[in-house]
Amino acid sequence: MTPVLLPVLNLAVALGLSALVVVLVGESPFRAWKLLTVGAFGSGEAIGYTLYYATTFVFTGLAVAVAFHGGLFNIGAEGQAYLGGLGVALVCLAAGAWPSLLVVPGAIIAAAGFGAAWAFLPGWLQARRGSHIVITTIMFNFIASSLMTYLLVNVLIKPGQQSPETPEFAPSTWLPQLHEVLAAAGWQIGRSPVNLSSILALIACGVVWFYLWRTRWGYALRVFGHSETAAVYGGIAPTRTVVVAMSISGALAGLMSVNEIMGVQHRLLLNFTGGAGFVGIAVALMGRNHPVGIVLAAILFGALYQGGSELSFDMPTLTRDIVVVIQGLIILVCGAFEHALRRPVDALLRGSAPARDRAVEELAETSATSR
Amino acid sequence: MAPVTPRPDRAAPAVELRHIDKRFGPVHANRDVSLVVRAGTIHGIVGENGAGKSTLMGILYGYHRPDRGEILVDGRPVVIRSSRDALSAGIGMVHQHFMLVETFSVLENVVLGVEGGFRLRAGIAAARAELARLGREYHLEVDPDARVADLSVGQRQRVEILKVLLRGANVLVLDEPTAVLTPGEADHLFRILTALARQGKSILLITHKLREIREVTDVVTVMRHGRIVGTLPTVETTSAQLAELMVGRAVALTVEKQPFRPGEPLLQVGDLVIEDALGVERVKGITFTVRRGEIVGIAGVAGNGQSELLEALAGIRSVKAGRITWKGRELSDARERSPRGMRRMGVAHVPEDRQRMGLVMAIAARESAILGYHDERTYNGALRLRRAAIATGFQEQAKEYDIRPADGSRRTSTFSGGNQQKIVLARELDRHPDLLLVGQPTRGVDIGAIEFIHRRLAALRDSGKALLIVSVELEGLLALADRILVMHDGRIAGEVLPSAATERSIGLLMAGVTDPGAT
Repeated sequence: MTPVLLPVLNLAVALGLSALVVVLVGESPFRAWKLLTVGAFGSGEAIGYTLYYATTFVFTGLAVAVAFHGGLFNIGAEGQAYLGGLGVALVCLAAGAWPSLLVVPGAIIAAAGFGAAWAFLPGWLQARRGSHIVITTIMFNFIASSLMTYLLVNVLIKPGQQSPETPEFAPSTWLPQLHEVLAAAGWQIGRSPVNLSSILALIACGVVWFYLWRTRWGYALRVFGHSETAAVYGGIAPTRTVVVAMSISGALAGLMSVNEIMGVQHRLLLNFTGGAGFVGIAVALMGRNHPVGIVLAAILFGALYQGGSELSFDMPTLTRDIVVVIQGLIILVCGAFEHALRRPVDALLRGSAPARDRAVEELAETSATSR
Repeated sequence: MAPVTPRPDRAAPAVELRHIDKRFGPVHANRDVSLVVRAGTIHGIVGENGAGKSTLMGILYGYHRPDRGEILVDGRPVVIRSSRDALSAGIGMVHQHFMLVETFSVLENVVLGVEGGFRLRAGIAAARAELARLGREYHLEVDPDARVADLSVGQRQRVEILKVLLRGANVLVLDEPTAVLTPGEADHLFRILTALARQGKSILLITHKLREIREVTDVVTVMRHGRIVGTLPTVETTSAQLAELMVGRAVALTVEKQPFRPGEPLLQVGDLVIEDALGVERVKGITFTVRRGEIVGIAGVAGNGQSELLEALAGIRSVKAGRITWKGRELSDARERSPRGMRRMGVAHVPEDRQRMGLVMAIAARESAILGYHDERTYNGALRLRRAAIATGFQEQAKEYDIRPADGSRRTSTFSGGNQQKIVLARELDRHPDLLLVGQPTRGVDIGAIEFIHRRLAALRDSGKALLIVSVELEGLLALADRILVMHDGRIAGEVLPSAATERSIGLLMAGVTDPGAT
């Protein structure tokens, strides 16, 4: 019961606090919520945008979660996604004339490969040199940023223009958007950027779930994440585990660029990641590092992004910054104070079996640690 | 600073617990426990793990609140909500894990929290005088200016006792105080406790070890399943009787095994040198052989290189110099000497620290039960883990080794210490290894389970396999081993045969005294 109730309660507390912020700004929280909800889910177009953002967050959320199961805090999803975009762009620009069935999978593989490579390096540095992964992945974000700026300004820029962007890719490389697909089937929905990479995101969720909980490699990763000592005892090589986990994490982050670059922008441009790598940390945290939770959390954050921009459009006093404050409150309550409500909720549910089991579990743990 | 509390009523017991009842969810930890501790006595409390001793002491020290019942100190009812309340009622706890700041001096540690004012100097001076007095009275001599980091384990324990005394405690609670001590240090501790009791302090001594109860206590209380099953004057008890009270049935304190007929050498270790992570030599040139059909015990005070030796043989720790020969072939390849390599060659390992190394507390028990063997065919298809095989594997082990509860989907941490140990043993014994390395086979395991574990280990030896057992429990080693190597300071101080050895003679070797004539 608690695993379901707790996130819902946390969300309620976060929304309550946000209402307070809205009141302080001098607006009606009820009208604000209505605008936000309608903005996120009110029409086919709105839902499309929400899902488009959610797709991006699923990829980065999964990336953070996989590393986290190995006890690694990958803060570099932002940079890995950015580099993934480079992979997409290189393939699409070089092989744009090829048939879609060749170039699209090729670009997807390149996105994953470039992201993986950008995470492999910090992973290797941690495993071999002991450089802390949190520090190195943050640093690699900066390196990625500088590298991409250099490439876009000096190398990949479309000749004869000021804006640091590549030329537009050939249409054969564009991922079909949902409204086009449905229109072909005779169903009209509003234009929105949600595209077939959402399917890829769901497949990624399934693969990650299978990998973590149904294979020996996922088993090794989880054991390593919980206890490195136990992993070494069990013959699980730390170096390999760290490097593999980080590479998978980076590959997932890189796939985020498939949604942005191949699905929507059709060209590589500066800072297309827009902080999605960092939102992925919140999404993974809130989704408890489980693919199902990550999908739900990603939809929530997608809705906040989409509904939030509608909200600041309709209610000019609620600027973009206030919307960010609200997002921050949700991350704070659902992430940092995640367990603040655990005790009261457990106490409330005492008598129901799961809460009791947990109490026993906690008892066993405290007695185990005090021994 | 530590005024002697005048006793309002000389006849009232120092501490009395009346009808204490405590539940944690479905676990009934204490059932209607009533206990009287008289002033000036050493009161032992024995019981298996999970008998409720620690909960009871936790209640006395304010860690837990009882559901029912009351606590009386010197005849007055008191409410204890925190360790601060306990201390002001005169009850002090000497922790098993020392709570000392290693880089501070003894004096600084002792005054921590009772500095007595804004300026340190006055409080320190008063504490220095008080320490000198306590040291004289109770054999508690410790250099007040020594750094705690430089003290031996026994001395650190004395500092803990001083801390409690300086805070004015009249009742001292000691939870398994000798777990980390050499026999010599333990004897010193008992002298201190006796002196304290003679001065009117009351001591509550929680222990597993029947020998200590018999040696030092005046009164002994036996707990089982949260109840007190008996409180007796120690002189009127026997070890066998106490063991039976603890377990609820007669217990075999010896291990039955076939006559000693060692076979060919399996493992030969030559001039082995092992360094720790800081580059300090922990094993300084060790040579020995383990043959088929024998149990070789390694005794020693914790921290004299035994752990490092065991981990090196299991492939976990690398070796600086020396040879490891397995079935007549020297292992030189790093791949062979990895944990995986050793396991494949038939060396299984029950590690000392099952909670950090042998198991993963946070995952399901049946997942912990395949650690190290998770790559095996039995558990794997082409891609996916065969969860059915893992589940039935655990069911079978639970049945054979009496692991309770037999529910492999529960988190490993929810199992008691004894059952966790059985999960590890089941996993390692199931492969019928040629050599089983065992660290602390019965640490934190209750008497009933100790008997069971000893039987299984002896059965492995009788089937022609070899065992190397590192343990600080001499009683267990003497019962189980065919030969005992005693380690001191990274070297083998001597080899003894259990038939010819006593705890005392081994204790001298453990302390590094190789020439018995020297004492």
